[in-house]
Amino acid sequence: MSLFRGRRILAGAMTLVAAAAMTACGSKTTDEGGATGVTADVSGDTVKVGLLNSLSGTMAISEVTVRDSIMLAVDEINAAGGVLGKKIQPVGEDGASDWPTFAEKAEKLISEDRVAAVFGCWTSASRKAVKPVFEKNKALLFYPVQYEGLEQSPYIFYTGATTNQQIVPGLDYLKSQGVKSVYLVGSDYVFPRTANKIIKAYATANGMTVLGEDYAPLGSTEFGTIVNKVKSSGADAVFNTLNGDSNVAFFKEYKSAGLSAAAMPVVSVSIAEEEVKGIGTQYLEGQLTAWNYYQTTPGAANSKFVAAYKAKYGADKPTSDPMEAAYVGVHLWKAMVEKAGAFDVEKVRSASDGITFDAPEGLVTVDGKTQHIAKTARIGKIGADGLITEVWNSGKPVAPDPYLKTYPWASGLS
Amino acid sequence: MTAVTPAPPSTVVRPAPAGAVPPNRPAGRSRLRTLAGFAFGAALLFAVAPLVLSDFRLALLAKYLCVAMVAVGIGIAWGRGGMLTLGQGVFFGLGGYAMAMHLKLADAGPGGMPDFMQLYGQLDELPLWWRPFASPWFALPATVLLPMAVAFGLGSLVFRRRVRGAYFAILSQALAAAMVILLIGQQGTTGGTNGLTDITGFFGYDLDDPVNQRMVYFIIAGTLLALLALTRQLIHSRYGELLVAVRDGEERVRFLGYDPASVKLVAYVVAAGMAGLAGALFVPAVGIISPALIGIVPSIEFVIGVAVGGRATLLGPVLGAVAVAWARTALSERFPGTWTYLQGLLFVVVVAFLPGGLASLWALARRRDVAAQPLRRGWLSLGRRRAERTEVPAA
Repeated sequence: MSLFRGRRILAGAMTLVAAAAMTACGSKTTDEGGATGVTADVSGDTVKVGLLNSLSGTMAISEVTVRDSIMLAVDEINAAGGVLGKKIQPVGEDGASDWPTFAEKAEKLISEDRVAAVFGCWTSASRKAVKPVFEKNKALLFYPVQYEGLEQSPYIFYTGATTNQQIVPGLDYLKSQGVKSVYLVGSDYVFPRTANKIIKAYATANGMTVLGEDYAPLGSTEFGTIVNKVKSSGADAVFNTLNGDSNVAFFKEYKSAGLSAAAMPVVSVSIAEEEVKGIGTQYLEGQLTAWNYYQTTPGAANSKFVAAYKAKYGADKPTSDPMEAAYVGVHLWKAMVEKAGAFDVEKVRSASDGITFDAPEGLVTVDGKTQHIAKTARIGKIGADGLITEVWNSGKPVAPDPYLKTYPWASGLS
Repeated sequence: MTAVTPAPPSTVVRPAPAGAVPPNRPAGRSRLRTLAGFAFGAALLFAVAPLVLSDFRLALLAKYLCVAMVAVGIGIAWGRGGMLTLGQGVFFGLGGYAMAMHLKLADAGPGGMPDFMQLYGQLDELPLWWRPFASPWFALPATVLLPMAVAFGLGSLVFRRRVRGAYFAILSQALAAAMVILLIGQQGTTGGTNGLTDITGFFGYDLDDPVNQRMVYFIIAGTLLALLALTRQLIHSRYGELLVAVRDGEERVRFLGYDPASVKLVAYVVAAGMAGLAGALFVPAVGIISPALIGIVPSIEFVIGVAVGGRATLLGPVLGAVAVAWARTALSERFPGTWTYLQGLLFVVVVAFLPGGLASLWALARRRDVAAQPLRRGWLSLGRRRAERTEVPAA
């Protein structure tokens, strides 16, 4: 086989490419309009919705509970007659804890299954990966997890807390308890790094000192050094944005280093009831968390939600904030569709402002401008039974402010 | 290896000059068959696939073909060269990030900053080391040359010191892990775990337009065919023979007067270039590049595709990579809860019953059909006979 022959093959291939490329020139980025989006298929007597959660990989342990919770809401709505007279038909896909897979599955749900809305995603990275897919196709995503803010996509409804509904109240609480210095510990990814930027800006404006800031790779279980640094810093409190398994190692190390909730409390923003079970209450008792919902939150709506969840999935299964936010998302979508009188995405979006739902966490209201929801902030203390009891709440729902525009100290952040 | 034509060491790493007759020259009929094979492949990729598949499925095929490009490179480095590289994600990532950063900068416009840098980095201006990527004349060659340069640097150190086998595999894997940690740590300038997403334009063309997505697919399909042609040349050249000889008996080759380190280095660098090109084309096809695509797990997944397809053959890696990626999509769509078990089962079955990979299935069937006739060298089994004669030692 001579090189000469190879060049001819190569030239042939290149010609083909060139020919194909020339016949296939679409719109330029400078063109007006562009993609028109895919319309959902609502012709039958059912309406499809997509469920996009990780059922495999590192995130599965958390995301499966969200999927269960979404299914509970779907079942409830179907039992009550569906949405606009159509039963909801859920289409599940596995995001596999892998961001590009999330994007692929989102595209599949929208363009192949032609779903009316998608519920799911957990990590910020997965949300960032699917965001262009939803914007391109003009389709709706309901995102159920607290996140780092600084985002506002017209095709995403954020039913979890943004920073001013979780992190800022957490800091306010610490300040009210006389905390003058904090140490920041987090997993090395977008949410902790962004959250810590906000915390540092808050600290500067409120006379708090940040005595240190450490990141561990996601899934890391080596916390000897970090805990030693935390201990020798002598901070009044620790702000913890670690995610997943790392919390187990961190809190074990924390206890064995002789630190306690009484001497140096840790405020965590990613530890909910489900995680408490996994970490072990002996390490967590007395530590603080910042969320918008706990299984123990009082109210008839929550009693009903907890009872229904336990009846469906088992008495030992706790309910948590992201699960509740996912459950609320499905009900809010139903209310928006019914107000709009159609499944059409643009109509649903314009109908969204002011929609309320008597959620397990209390009354929530959709803010049509930011597409976030007003939620009550709650600080909780982890008890010996693994449940979290509220020690403080904001009294009324806090209006969402994803870019922290109403906080003068945050002006340099976005 | 029967016929390594002794040649002066100075010509070792050069491909055979045009017109030279390499050893084990394929017969004329086989050459025709090769051309027919290429024509068939081209027809399949350029005519049949776009007609049969929906826009969504075609975009998925484009993604699989990018993985296949990495696989072709691994086929050279591992299948022919015996270097089990568990870190091809690094080169894929270098190519991908170079391309994605160029597209992000192009989206942002002259003097503009990518959205994530303003969000997470609070930078007022572009960091110095990203600046050249604003120019397509730098960024495009860099997608291939940057991975090749890194591979050259690493390979020179590693192969000269005669690091091989499991030690080389571990080293390549550590590189992938290090790269991921670096990217995540530099969130302000690399996008951290999120990676680079939200890429809207490709050299002025709007990527949201299905017609342009199709164009990207054609470019990818054409590039894959070109890489296959190049690979066929390479493995049938004098150099290709030498590479297999190094794989099967490095010391013997050294005693014959060759320098195995340079022989391996070329294969490693070529494989890195292919991975870089694949990463660069992956970006417009999929619209994202992130650390999740280049770490240890995806690097191993690249190798699994090659193993399933048959590492020592020309088409095996391509078929394997596409088959594994397709099976992943198909299984996870049908059985979202249990697909990982099915995928695992598939690998076990292939490794246990088809150690030569999918490509050996073809050879097996042919052997049954024409048991009486001597084995012919066919399109799919290119190089298989050679591979067969010299059973691949555990890498």
